[in-house]
Amino acid sequence: MNSLRYEAPSSLGDAIALLARASGTSRILAGGTDVIVQMETDVIEPELVVDIKRIPELRQIAVENGAFRVGAAVTGMELTDHRAFCEAWPGVVDGVKLIGSMQIKGRATMGGNLCNASPAADSVPALIAAGAIARIAGPNGTRDVAVEDIPTGPGKTSLAKGEIIVSFLFPPRPARSGDAYLRMTPRTEMDIAVVGVGVNIVLDAGGVCTAARVSLGAVAPTALLVKEAGAALLGSRFDAPALDRLAQAAGAACRPIDDKRGTKEYRVNVAGVLAKRAALVAVERARQNPTGRSI
Amino acid sequence: MSKKYHVTTTVNGDEYEYLCEPQQTLLDVLRDELMLTGTKEGCATGDCGACTVMVDGTMICSCLMLAVEGDGKKIETIEGMAKGDDLHPLQRNFLELNGLQCGICTPGILIAAKALLERNPDPSETEVRYWLAGNLCRCTGYDKIIRSVLAAAKEMRGA
Repeated sequence: MNSLRYEAPSSLGDAIALLARASGTSRILAGGTDVIVQMETDVIEPELVVDIKRIPELRQIAVENGAFRVGAAVTGMELTDHRAFCEAWPGVVDGVKLIGSMQIKGRATMGGNLCNASPAADSVPALIAAGAIARIAGPNGTRDVAVEDIPTGPGKTSLAKGEIIVSFLFPPRPARSGDAYLRMTPRTEMDIAVVGVGVNIVLDAGGVCTAARVSLGAVAPTALLVKEAGAALLGSRFDAPALDRLAQAAGAACRPIDDKRGTKEYRVNVAGVLAKRAALVAVERARQNPTGRSI
Repeated sequence: MSKKYHVTTTVNGDEYEYLCEPQQTLLDVLRDELMLTGTKEGCATGDCGACTVMVDGTMICSCLMLAVEGDGKKIETIEGMAKGDDLHPLQRNFLELNGLQCGICTPGILIAAKALLERNPDPSETEVRYWLAGNLCRCTGYDKIIRSVLAAAKEMRGA
């Protein structure tokens, strides 16, 4: 085993410098619920672990111009205990609540869930549907990137050496907006998604859909933003034909694997069924949000 | 060899200092360095909950935290649950209602159940089952565990 060095810098600049200078394998440590398992099972043997939990920007839930900015190393428990965030983004919270047990949520973070880049990560489709923008800091400065552009394949991201996800900016929450995330698992708890669907919609005063984003997880090498599925809902009142078009578009976007959790055909079918159900949950939440969420 | 890290922490109200290597988990140090062997190792991958402890008031799997991260933290383990010979109501109800068989999962379940009752003194059976979903027991079939938690909750509410 290589010699391992642990660092816990208190500033973003120091963390970036440590990672950028590292010669061997390095890992960012946030909640550690994936990284420590990989270390324990010798999947990775890093020479440097940079614990980012002492960096203030990564640990805050802040409000910026009427919208939430959530630190990438905020834990699942911290997020699901934040009442105003839960009211504004119940679908994102649906996803975070499904990340492992209560013990796991005591440590696990959305930044880690995204950077671990599992196609089945539960918070990622919800973040994509929400339109969350990741702020990334690195040796060449700061850039803002849509969440859907970060995972590039199983275990792979578009982050460069030395880059760290600092936070996620959520858009402002207008009147009659609502989101939802649903996943299919053979068991009710402690399982990995066979399909996950995030839906985020806005209605006009007459209940007609004016904006819709749909994201699928576990049906392709990365979570997908399915624009055709969102377009299927636009202008509709979520009547049966619109929901059928949504299901059709969701299924058509799937490029799933066959594995012990489900066959390709099953995943494609379930993606459509779950997309309909998630859309109906999101609509119900939008109807219960007549004035928007002032933050 | 990796450098050793000096850590100062509080376990069950007592201050501890230890030296650890960076790859050692909190579970390793609790059991092998501090000799607090009440916390159990089951899977060592965060799936079974046998190693559940509280860190700064949050319940976590101690197999998924590096020992070096413990610096300055407040850690609570099963050893701190009874006050001398005075068992916690959860412990007493587990004994009286046979909420355990082999006992390996029990310390983690007791810590998790205590954390639940501190947040929610009157949980439904469903809430108890979901809260404890990350604590696996391969002996009991869970029913007696759930009954023990509900009985302890009732006793603690003075109902």
